[in-house]
Amino acid sequence: MAEVSLKVNGKVENHEVGENTLLVDFIRETVGLTGTHVGCDTSQCGACVVHVDGVSVKACTMLAMQAEGSEVTTIEGIGSSEKLHPMQEAFHENHGLQCGFCTPGMVMSAIELVSKNKSPSEAEIRDGLEGNICRCTGYHNIVKSVQAGAEKMGG
Amino acid sequence: MSEGIGASVKRKEDKKFLTGKGKYTDDINRPGQVYAHFVRSDVAHANIKSINTKAASQAAGVVAVYIGEDVAADGIGGPICGWVVPNRDGSATHEPPHPLLAQGKVRFVGDAIAVVIAESVEQAKSASELVEVDYEELPAVANLETASSGAEIHEGMKENRYFDWELGDEAATDKALQSAAKVVKLSVRNNRLIPNAMEPRSALAEYDDLGGSYTLHTTSQNPHLARLILAAFMFQIPESKLRVIAPDVGGGFGSKIYVYIEEAVCIWSSKKINRPVKWTADRTQSFLTDAHGRDHINNVQLALDESNKIIGLRVDTVCNLGSYLSAFAVAVPTYLHGTLLSGLYDIPTIYTNVKGMATTTAPVDAYRGAGRPEATYLLERTMDAAAREVGMDQAEFRRLNFIPKDAFPYQTAVALQYDTGDYEPNLDKAMEMIDYKSFEARRSEASKRGKYRGIGVSSYIEACGLAPSAVAGALGGRVGGWESASVRVDPTGTVTVFSGAHSHGQGHATTFSQIVSERLGIPNANVEFVHGDSDKTPFGMGTYGSRSLAVGGVALSKALDKVVEKSKKIAAHLMEASAEDVEFKDGKFTVAGTDKETAFGDVALAAYVPHNYPLETLEPGLEETAFYDPMNFTYPAGTHIAEVEVDPATGVVEIVDWAACDDFGNLINPMIVEGQVHGGIAQGIGQALLENAHYDENGQLLTASYMDYCMPRADDLPSFKVECTNTPCTHNDLGVKGCGEAGAIASPPALINAIINALSPLGVSDMSMPATPETVWRAIQNAQARAAE
Amino acid sequence: MYSTKIVKAENSSAAVQAIGSSKEGKILAGGMTLIPTLKQRLANPDCLIDISSCGLEGVEDKGSSVRIGAMTKHAAVAESSSVAKAIPALADLAGGIGDRQVRNRGTLGGSVANNDPAACYPSAVMALDGTVHTNKRDISADDFFKGMFETALEEDEVIESVSFKKPEKACYMKFPNPASRYAMVGVFVAKFSDGVRVAVTGAGEEGVFRHSDLESALSSNFSEEAVSGVEVSSDGLMSDIHASADYRANLIGEMTKRAVSS
Repeated sequence: MAEVSLKVNGKVENHEVGENTLLVDFIRETVGLTGTHVGCDTSQCGACVVHVDGVSVKACTMLAMQAEGSEVTTIEGIGSSEKLHPMQEAFHENHGLQCGFCTPGMVMSAIELVSKNKSPSEAEIRDGLEGNICRCTGYHNIVKSVQAGAEKMGG
Repeated sequence: MSEGIGASVKRKEDKKFLTGKGKYTDDINRPGQVYAHFVRSDVAHANIKSINTKAASQAAGVVAVYIGEDVAADGIGGPICGWVVPNRDGSATHEPPHPLLAQGKVRFVGDAIAVVIAESVEQAKSASELVEVDYEELPAVANLETASSGAEIHEGMKENRYFDWELGDEAATDKALQSAAKVVKLSVRNNRLIPNAMEPRSALAEYDDLGGSYTLHTTSQNPHLARLILAAFMFQIPESKLRVIAPDVGGGFGSKIYVYIEEAVCIWSSKKINRPVKWTADRTQSFLTDAHGRDHINNVQLALDESNKIIGLRVDTVCNLGSYLSAFAVAVPTYLHGTLLSGLYDIPTIYTNVKGMATTTAPVDAYRGAGRPEATYLLERTMDAAAREVGMDQAEFRRLNFIPKDAFPYQTAVALQYDTGDYEPNLDKAMEMIDYKSFEARRSEASKRGKYRGIGVSSYIEACGLAPSAVAGALGGRVGGWESASVRVDPTGTVTVFSGAHSHGQGHATTFSQIVSERLGIPNANVEFVHGDSDKTPFGMGTYGSRSLAVGGVALSKALDKVVEKSKKIAAHLMEASAEDVEFKDGKFTVAGTDKETAFGDVALAAYVPHNYPLETLEPGLEETAFYDPMNFTYPAGTHIAEVEVDPATGVVEIVDWAACDDFGNLINPMIVEGQVHGGIAQGIGQALLENAHYDENGQLLTASYMDYCMPRADDLPSFKVECTNTPCTHNDLGVKGCGEAGAIASPPALINAIINALSPLGVSDMSMPATPETVWRAIQNAQARAAE
Repeated sequence: MYSTKIVKAENSSAAVQAIGSSKEGKILAGGMTLIPTLKQRLANPDCLIDISSCGLEGVEDKGSSVRIGAMTKHAAVAESSSVAKAIPALADLAGGIGDRQVRNRGTLGGSVANNDPAACYPSAVMALDGTVHTNKRDISADDFFKGMFETALEEDEVIESVSFKKPEKACYMKFPNPASRYAMVGVFVAKFSDGVRVAVTGAGEEGVFRHSDLESALSSNFSEEAVSGVEVSSDGLMSDIHASADYRANLIGEMTKRAVSS
């Protein structure tokens, strides 16, 4: 066991956990934020994407201890149901989600994508979402959502 | 009104998913919960000589270890088969038992042998590694082509065949083939797919020893059906002692219709140890044990007369149903496939024979489209080959053979009666959307860049709205095909809908609210939607086969009829008029020829505060339930056209354009319909270009992770042009048909036909799925080698 | 994942020491391969030595070469202006590894040390006549890669940085495996004043390799035609469910042509 201390959505989380605890399990089981999902074992589906110190990572492929001292942001930390983040709003307005399981990771990836490229082309969006798999939407409306989200974010 | 039928209302369910507040089964935890992990067979076919669980039982954190003998001792049965068909010789489908945990034999890699229950997932996994299984290995039967001569998989089941079924007039069809001016022959394989809903299956079972009842949270598309099967057939407990909740479910695509052994083992063990038991699949287990889809080989013979009209069709199919018969495995290649072989063509005689085979692979069952994609694929590939052989344009050859619009209702040669349809407008519209007439110019331009450009057409029909119960029953179905809905009007006029359908991405909360809003004239925001809980909703059949709206939505419409009818009586009393004279529109009751009016909210209040109320003739309250069993299937149809460019140096296929024009009847929410079409097309493109479940000859699944099973990603796909036409369904109140599966049904042949079209100048006339770069490159190499000879 | 201990090393000698005092310790760099391996219980190290605080990050232009710290993330290499200026092909390669999230965590040193036969970086190290600098010695690329998942690294050795020679011209062309997005064939072509180096990843049964026939053809005539004149053999190439050796051989020729003409 080891003591891990990091911030999740601005709040200090100081917990004693197994040294082999994955960041995603720390977020889901220890902190209790279940918006971050697990959809595969091989670091590909992207349902677990969160931001660690401002960059997107797959929380299933990082140990909680590797995030020691970091600022972690999850889907719960970017907006609220009263005031959605512009990217969340864009997904809502463009029907960019169906079953919702991949959505948190997709939104977190999209936000980082737009932070690096303020007005991405369709091809750049498709390329930038390589690490997120959606089985429902065929990506058509996700691409539209990210374009709209980029505009809302001031691109 | 803007929130009613036909409006692209934004989805109500979005916010919770967008903010991470969705509650999927694995997000739910119960106090004292323990974790199950299954010891699974790593060989495809073997007798189990012994199982030693001693070390595992003593490992850290272990609460219990159970094997098949424990299940048998408690008399717990396995999953049952929900549909059977008669064999050609009159005998019945062979229904071998499917034990919860192996009883002396394993039949596929992933077959469950033991369950280890521990305080943590990692402890359960560690202990599982200590379970020793001594196998006597038997030959794997991994190949569909040779399954009939393989080792016996189920005791007493001859030639590894579950059934041998036929439909249609064999003599008349063979006569048509003999007398034909031309017979087009084609053999196609419908590749095996793994559904891959993004949320892996999960179950959390809890036993209440005071009430002797169980609660199961599970990833299900139809919780009531799961409850019925688990309680009545597997556990033989009163159905009322089991509550099944399917909370938010992260996609299904068919794979979450069935009861799986893991759910049953969690229920069973939760009582044995009297603690909540949770199991969640990792992706590898999903690949190994979720029911797979497709896996057919179809031999097709199409008879044409001198004017290129179709005069007969014969299809001989063998299909792989895997190691055990999953719940609807038998229905998929028979009644959801054989009956669709007429497509949208006027074919006087059709015969089909289907042999359902066992192999030592995972069970195969319905996957988005279920039987209809296989029927459409073989038919549309054959139509394409026929057009080429007779030298007709692929679109015009289809047009020539379409069932004419004045021929409805149309009785096909394979049992179905299409109520309505008009196929040419879809074809015309799709051709216009993709600028079909200028295609040859685009082909020439591409050729200057060294690319082969091709265009492919696929016109499809599907039977949705499963199903008329009497028809299903007559054809071997063991379940009904109806759906239910309850409408509870609150005293203040707000409404809660309780539906037997289940939404796992389809947006029912939004569309069903739109129906209520339209009919009762209340804002969408005043409608709540409840589904997925056997304690809360009326018994319902769940969601599959594009049925939610066409059956469940119509049930809601009928419940609303009852609400309106009763409301009118109350309003009549309040307005001192006769019920026959009361009209209801835009949320207001009026009396014809007077200025009297009363609002829906006032009627609702009167129903619950019946101070001024006709209590002698009318019950108080305003809550109605309807069960709706359709008269017929619904028949969505349409045309998809794909345009591709092939790079001959690498074989890479780029989809450069996609046009889809579908007739789904009336649309409740066009935005959601389009989204369903997009997703369906993407899954069809996945089947045609990327996805394939690959077992080696030892029955090992080589594509058991996303490292090897190729899921469509954003950069694999184009954006799609999607439009609709509308011939309303004639036999349901909403005139709706269903749209969930169309994309997956229509798209694979459009794409493969486009690739063949691109390469036809080289003499390529066949292409298998998935058309991977190497497959395409090899076809080009072979064609060039033939040309050089 | 089996239980394990985690040690955070302050510098590479501390990391080496920690490995020495463990039974089966493993260096944890970005973890993009190691953590999935551990999750699937395919490895059971008693100790993971986290080297993220060892100061091994950064890009340094050394005049005739570029030296990149072992813990430099793929994203940092892809976005580095000095890499883009000195060896744009290397920045391109880094920007095409895995997906955005993999590039945000995965490291040069981790990729090189793992020597996955389908990884991109080994081809750059080979083609750019690279040198692997460890805590003990400098190892030339040609001596470093020893076949699939095998390298010249010894147990008490940690990669600190890798140097890449600046070519006159270079290009990396990757044909990704459609499922994993690793290279099904990746060809790195680098033209130096004294000749051309061509390294191939994703295809060889023994991992990354230099293609001598293509190198000599391109050294005498740096053109697509020269590539067309080389019969790329399928001997020694991998065959799997994704691609046969024949098809990989075709892709080697094709990707080389594209690299040359880009």
